[in-house]
Amino acid sequence: MCGICGCGQGEKRVEDLHHGEPHDHPHPIDELHANSADRDHDHSHEHAAAHDHRHEPAGSHAHAESDHGHDHEHAHWHEHSHTHPDGITHSHPHSHEHRHAQEHECGNRNVNGPSADATRVLSVERDLLAHNDAVAAQNRRDFQAAKTLTLNLVSSPGSGKTTLLVETLKRIGRGVDAKYPIAVIEGDQETTADAERIRATGAPAIQINTGKGCHLDADLVRTAMGRLEIPANGILFIENVGNLVCPAGFDLGEAHKVVVVSVTEGEDKPLKYSGMFAASALMVVTKIDLAPHLDIDIDRLIDNARRINPTIGVLRLSAKSGEGMDRWMHWLETARALRLATD
Amino acid sequence: MHEVSLATALLDLVQEQAAAAGARRVTRLVLEIGALSHVDPHALRFAVDAAALGGPAEGATLEILEPEGTAYCLDCESSVAVSTRGALCPSCGGAKLLIQGGDEMRLKEMEVV
Repeated sequence: MCGICGCGQGEKRVEDLHHGEPHDHPHPIDELHANSADRDHDHSHEHAAAHDHRHEPAGSHAHAESDHGHDHEHAHWHEHSHTHPDGITHSHPHSHEHRHAQEHECGNRNVNGPSADATRVLSVERDLLAHNDAVAAQNRRDFQAAKTLTLNLVSSPGSGKTTLLVETLKRIGRGVDAKYPIAVIEGDQETTADAERIRATGAPAIQINTGKGCHLDADLVRTAMGRLEIPANGILFIENVGNLVCPAGFDLGEAHKVVVVSVTEGEDKPLKYSGMFAASALMVVTKIDLAPHLDIDIDRLIDNARRINPTIGVLRLSAKSGEGMDRWMHWLETARALRLATD
Repeated sequence: MHEVSLATALLDLVQEQAAAAGARRVTRLVLEIGALSHVDPHALRFAVDAAALGGPAEGATLEILEPEGTAYCLDCESSVAVSTRGALCPSCGGAKLLIQGGDEMRLKEMEVV
């Protein structure tokens, strides 16, 4: 019986979980593979062709044309199949360690080389973002425990995220007069300019510079969370790096992604950068005060966003003129109230 | 180029799995990158090749499976196959499609020595 998985007992469930990974079946008797009665299962295996023995270090000794004897240890892989007491037969690769205590003959047909081992296929089935998602889940638990509404603001560069945030923070108020606690995590490749703009409103803010990185990830946010007080019962705004592609796939632990699009960007952005619009709960159309000077059809922009994400919410506003800001503030308060009302 | 982040995450996963399996070298990786995921397979290939240099997966063959997208149409209430986000429903022409699959990014299996 296999000492690791107990596969001699024929538990298929365990076998499936376990046999994707390699393990050794040690044999008490070197070399022989005789099926004596004291073994839990039978082995039948065959070496399809002359098999190679790996010598460590590779090629450290030469074989003369004439046969000669030597002592060495080696391992080799091969497929084997065996039958369990319950009749289930399966096969999997396994390795044998051999010690040759006795001399054996190596003629010039003996092939030694680095390609000596057979390959194995491991079934992995793991998400590429598994690590990020695990950290994001941790962040999310912390936000939930503090009853903090966390919003991940995403957009292309220059859409007006920071201006929207500054105007929003002014309306929430500062210090003891603030309607609720707030904090901001600012993501940018370079400079602390945005965090400084935010801090000028009196709100606590921390800058994350991603350097060459094109997006924030859950680890970076977690680090920032250690240096900034999470606003309990309030709102944490995370302003992501200006980029409509990369931040879409990286969960930070936020309650919602909010995609910000300015009217100067054209109505086809949702179709060109569909991943971001698919991942967002709300689209905020900014700079609507500029619309009369442009050819943009805002209704078409919204239709395009809904074609990508039928359930996306939409707000139109201008942080500069103040038009639409009340509805945005109302959306924030409602989302925060939902956060407070639920576990 | 978030493909670089993904490539780094992939190789971390590969190293971890190879070490757990006692493997010395990784010769082939099989990934599943859905047609609706936000990854460009060509850029990912480039990033993985570069990120693998000097590690156990250097030179490994990269096989990328691209499962098609699947969606549920809110208009005709049926499950349909779609090739891009924002595509119209192939059965009724409706525009309200909820994506249900084809956005995965997974390491499926790896071949090791």
